Amino acid sequence: MTKEEKYSIAKWAMEHAVKNGAQQARVIIYNNNSSQIEVRDEKIDKLQESNRSGMQINLYVDNKYSSISTNRITNKEELGKFIEEAIVGTRFLAEDEFRTLPDPDRYYKGGGPDLKTLDPNFANVDPQQKVKDAFALEKEVLGTDDRIISVSTSYSDGMSGSVMVASNGFEGDTDNSYYSLRASVSVTDGVARPQGNWYESSIFSDQLIRKDIGKKALKKALDRLGQAKIGSGKMPMIVENKMAGQALRPLISALNGGSIQQKQSFLIDMKGEKIGSDLMTITDDPFIVSGRGSRLFDREGMATEKRSVVEKGVLKTYYIDTYYAKKLEMEATSGSTTNLVFKPGEKDLEGLLADIDRGILVTGFNGGNSNGATGDFSYGIEGFLVEKGKLVQPVAEMNITGNFKELWKNLVAVGSDVDPTRSWRLPSLVFDKVDFSGV
Amino acid sequence: MTLDRRSFIKTGGAAVAGTMVLPPLLKSCQNLQISPDVKSYLDHFEVTPETLQKVIAEAMSKGGDYADLFFEHTISNSLGLEDGKVNSANSNVDYGVGVRVLKGDQTGFAYTESTSLQDMLKVAKTAANIANDPVTFNQGELIEKTIPNYYKVSQNWENSTIEEKIPFVQKLNDRLFELDEKVSKARVFQRDESSYVMFYSSEGLLTYDYRPMATLGVVCVMEKDGVIENDYSARSVRMGFEFMNDEVVEELAQEAVKKTNFLFGAGKPKAGELPVVLGAGGSGILLHEAMGHPFEADFNRKGESIFSDKMGKSIAKDFINIVEDGTIEYNRGAINVDDEGNDVKKVYLVKDGVLESYLHDRISAKHYGVEPTGNGRRQSFRHVPLPRMRITYMENGPHTTEEIISSVDYGVYVDNFTNGQVKIGAGDFTFFVKSGMLIENGKLTTPIKDINIIGNGPQALADITMAAGDYKTATGTWTCGKGGQSVPVGMGLPSVLVKKLTVGGTNA
Repeated sequence: MTKEEKYSIAKWAMEHAVKNGAQQARVIIYNNNSSQIEVRDEKIDKLQESNRSGMQINLYVDNKYSSISTNRITNKEELGKFIEEAIVGTRFLAEDEFRTLPDPDRYYKGGGPDLKTLDPNFANVDPQQKVKDAFALEKEVLGTDDRIISVSTSYSDGMSGSVMVASNGFEGDTDNSYYSLRASVSVTDGVARPQGNWYESSIFSDQLIRKDIGKKALKKALDRLGQAKIGSGKMPMIVENKMAGQALRPLISALNGGSIQQKQSFLIDMKGEKIGSDLMTITDDPFIVSGRGSRLFDREGMATEKRSVVEKGVLKTYYIDTYYAKKLEMEATSGSTTNLVFKPGEKDLEGLLADIDRGILVTGFNGGNSNGATGDFSYGIEGFLVEKGKLVQPVAEMNITGNFKELWKNLVAVGSDVDPTRSWRLPSLVFDKVDFSGV
Repeated sequence: MTLDRRSFIKTGGAAVAGTMVLPPLLKSCQNLQISPDVKSYLDHFEVTPETLQKVIAEAMSKGGDYADLFFEHTISNSLGLEDGKVNSANSNVDYGVGVRVLKGDQTGFAYTESTSLQDMLKVAKTAANIANDPVTFNQGELIEKTIPNYYKVSQNWENSTIEEKIPFVQKLNDRLFELDEKVSKARVFQRDESSYVMFYSSEGLLTYDYRPMATLGVVCVMEKDGVIENDYSARSVRMGFEFMNDEVVEELAQEAVKKTNFLFGAGKPKAGELPVVLGAGGSGILLHEAMGHPFEADFNRKGESIFSDKMGKSIAKDFINIVEDGTIEYNRGAINVDDEGNDVKKVYLVKDGVLESYLHDRISAKHYGVEPTGNGRRQSFRHVPLPRMRITYMENGPHTTEEIISSVDYGVYVDNFTNGQVKIGAGDFTFFVKSGMLIENGKLTTPIKDINIIGNGPQALADITMAAGDYKTATGTWTCGKGGQSVPVGMGLPSVLVKKLTVGGTNA
């Protein structure tokens, strides 16, 4: 479907809704194309292709609200009836004066910079090259170590495009692409069968890192041989950059307007207050060229802005969409993050570890959860025991338990190793006095 | 079940928009003997036996060993209540067909969201590419498979109106506030789904299923002396509108208030290895994570599972019997036929302590040379089948619950969980305990909450030293994720003692 076709159907659906009793309507039409090639035992194990499209409509009818979605969007007769029925159904709901489209003044009105989130050559990538890339990863490791029992590698790519229109004057579209290569290697020492994974991804095919992915996965797996739990205790925890999102995500959830209004946040009334140590500075930056979370408008069409989220430990903003802004009588910011940039420190991971007398480097989480209302958490972890700056033993089958309010105040060091391939650009982080459960 | 064509074109707020317009009746093929039931499904998807055969022929044209088509039309509706009002609704329609081609252990897969012959042939051609040895495929006879029905529906969701559903959602909210004045917020969710699936394979097998799902739940927030706690209760079953009644509403309200109340004043145990008593019912999550996933044959076929070389060996005490079953009536994890057209069976994974069977899909059953176990499941027509659990449970053991608890000096009793996970190769599994009790000197003493428990699958299974006779099937809305696919599952367990697991907690 071309962009013009998407706009045409979206506008038709929006007008149909308004003609049939909705005071306001917003329509999104999207399509995603993706392909995936999995390789094992020097053969293609799985070849998958996906072409998906669909429509989502938000209906505002007599101060009542519903949303409908379908992937049957080409037959106007059927679609029209679907919308008409939904409007009739919506009238049975309770009135909710807070449900409206955003204030049109807040909409993105065009003229923004090109954020370069789409590879213009997406359609021209040679399918044979995709297969070759996946096989090349496998070749890096197959037969290089007797302890290998299984190697799976894969290539995947995708592009997605969407258009959004709203009846109070919004029109906008987005286009994104990605490429990724992944390797999983299982090894055994006759007892356990640990697996190591590594992947690289990129918006552009010609920027995708294709080397050493298999080797890194193998190293990750071999490093885990002999893993065991150690004694329980309070210790510093170093969280590797790729895993740091786990420590940040519950905190960002607690900043969500819905969580606050529904009292499921441990950060209610904390704006302007200290929620972390001085080392905690986070900016939400939607305008990074080719950032994985870059966008000119949010899910409601509101123009994005660069914002300070946490400044030297002080909370600066919440994530509030139009609905919860009205309910909370607060200003709408945006309901979702874009690129979250954590201000890096001076030392790389090795430098951070060098300062640790005895602690645990966490390289993976295993299950666990947190209590949104209180900030209590408990997660399974795996990683390495660090003594005098050196990794001395792989550890696993252990838990960390605590409260996010305390944890972030105990942030004592921040790495320089920000991972720029993700929308949350986080460095490795060091937290003091974390409760580990082991033997 | 035969599709009631009229029910599909009923209008006027039947659901929010649960109904959809169907194309006019097609002329089905006259020269094949097919039942009215099958015909209604063929018509529903606007296909004929001839078009199915054409698509399969294209899928097999490059020399695949086997191919199948999975048609799906799913209509789901949900209602949400927040701040005392049923103030949001959602309807979703999903429609399409997936084409899969196998060559040995290799898979080619593509899908289309249209069932026109042209679109189906196009994706069949893509999936066919897993093989590269062009042949002419000889179509076999069409075999219609009739299946049992483990979820007979009295009132179809498509025949139920939003008007009929709203009062139950509202009442659940109102009962919560009546039951306890500490309740400060409630969020109620109701969801129903009707999924029509049809399956056809290169072996000529044609089958179909109607899969309903009903869910009702509430998140309860309570405040006491400035402390806020929340928990939830939910039920999810394969039933029609008859699921919605005053009893289930009352049960859920009572449960949510009780569970949330319990959290005030709850603490944490000492960090470290402790004996863990798993209460009957939801504790089945132990089996699901620690044993169920590692028993899935795809991981074993690849040698990745920690149980890969344990078949036929004793892996647990001899009173332990672990079952995988898809035939439990109305259970969330029940299916009438798996997503590869195979019969759904009750399978003993562990019998008298000995590992007896893995969970198989078509590829792994062929690989191991065994009969399929009916565990080939997929999230939707957009996904390939994988060996997946349905309902996983342990049968009753010889002990009593009292014996089990009184045998523990210092440990934890847990019976309320939110989620779990497992690392297949290392065997490390975890589950998150929303609430439980401390056991001191053989007695339940103080409440505990929000702790993760972690263990190693084979070790934990060997460490189940006691099992009671109080088996319960878990209630709740368990969804299992694997390889990016989610499927609904069930579980159950009698009370058991695991000698030691690593329990999250505090250090002095």
